Amino acid sequence: MTALRYSPGDKVQVREAYPPGHVRTPHFVRGCTGEVQEIAGVFPNPEELAYGRDGLPSVPLYRVVFKQSEVWDGYEGPAADTVVIDLYEHWLEPRT
Amino acid sequence: MSHDHTHDHTDYQPDIEDFPFTDRMVMTQAIAELIVEKGICTADELRQQIELMDSKEPALGARLVAKTWVDPEFKSRVLEDCAKAAAEIGIDIGDIPIKAIENTEDVHNVVVCTLCSCYPRMLIGLPPDWYKSRAYRSRAVKEPRKVLEEFGTHIPDNVEVRVHDSTADLRYLVLPARPDGTADWDERKLAQLITRDSMVGVTPAKSPDDT
Repeated sequence: MTALRYSPGDKVQVREAYPPGHVRTPHFVRGCTGEVQEIAGVFPNPEELAYGRDGLPSVPLYRVVFKQSEVWDGYEGPAADTVVIDLYEHWLEPRT
Repeated sequence: MSHDHTHDHTDYQPDIEDFPFTDRMVMTQAIAELIVEKGICTADELRQQIELMDSKEPALGARLVAKTWVDPEFKSRVLEDCAKAAAEIGIDIGDIPIKAIENTEDVHNVVVCTLCSCYPRMLIGLPPDWYKSRAYRSRAVKEPRKVLEEFGTHIPDNVEVRVHDSTADLRYLVLPARPDGTADWDERKLAQLITRDSMVGVTPAKSPDDT
């Protein structure tokens, strides 16, 4: 059983990293701070599967909710608008 | 490079005869041939998978959503575990998890895959071309209200627009809200109000006046 590093409600920051190759974290959200909404499950790491490897150990996947105004400078909609992005644990850092 | 493998490329019958192959089509064909040649699956298994995919259509998702409108306990089960709930009504959604998200008075949900074109195919079939376009994939996440307006959908400012980016292992199905004026409608009739686009979240379900 994979231990989960985060729980719903935890504040997290997306790593501001730009590794080459197949990654599943959109550029636009790197460096942004959001809140774990729920745990989506534990999945073989797609960033490894892409190269024909087994993707093990599997990694926890979180649904992380961000305020649109946190993600986009000059977001035009209401302050309550959000975007939920599915992010693997190794892309997240704790944020207090 | 020598062309020393033995199979014959000359009997290939293209799917589309009226246009020259694009590079992408050549690449797709080459991958399909390699998959078969390496014995990963047979040509017939490939064909069956395409046939299965083509048999999926929005009517499946509509049937599921209509039942959530008349059966609150079923809706809870759909929100909890979509695959299991779909199986109750004879729909097999396969191995890729689909998460249902519910539109409410306070939240309007819309789905995009910014990295590629992930889509709940097993419940609503193949995605429309616009869903795969770079324009939709980049704009739906950045200016969702503007994109929704272009679909004819106005979301009032007191309703949160929540964009779901299916970047990973989940696919998303929006449960549109049940329209007013349908209190005495049965599931079959309700299902006619539930369109593909409403399950992606770019429109609400049709109103009874539209049918």
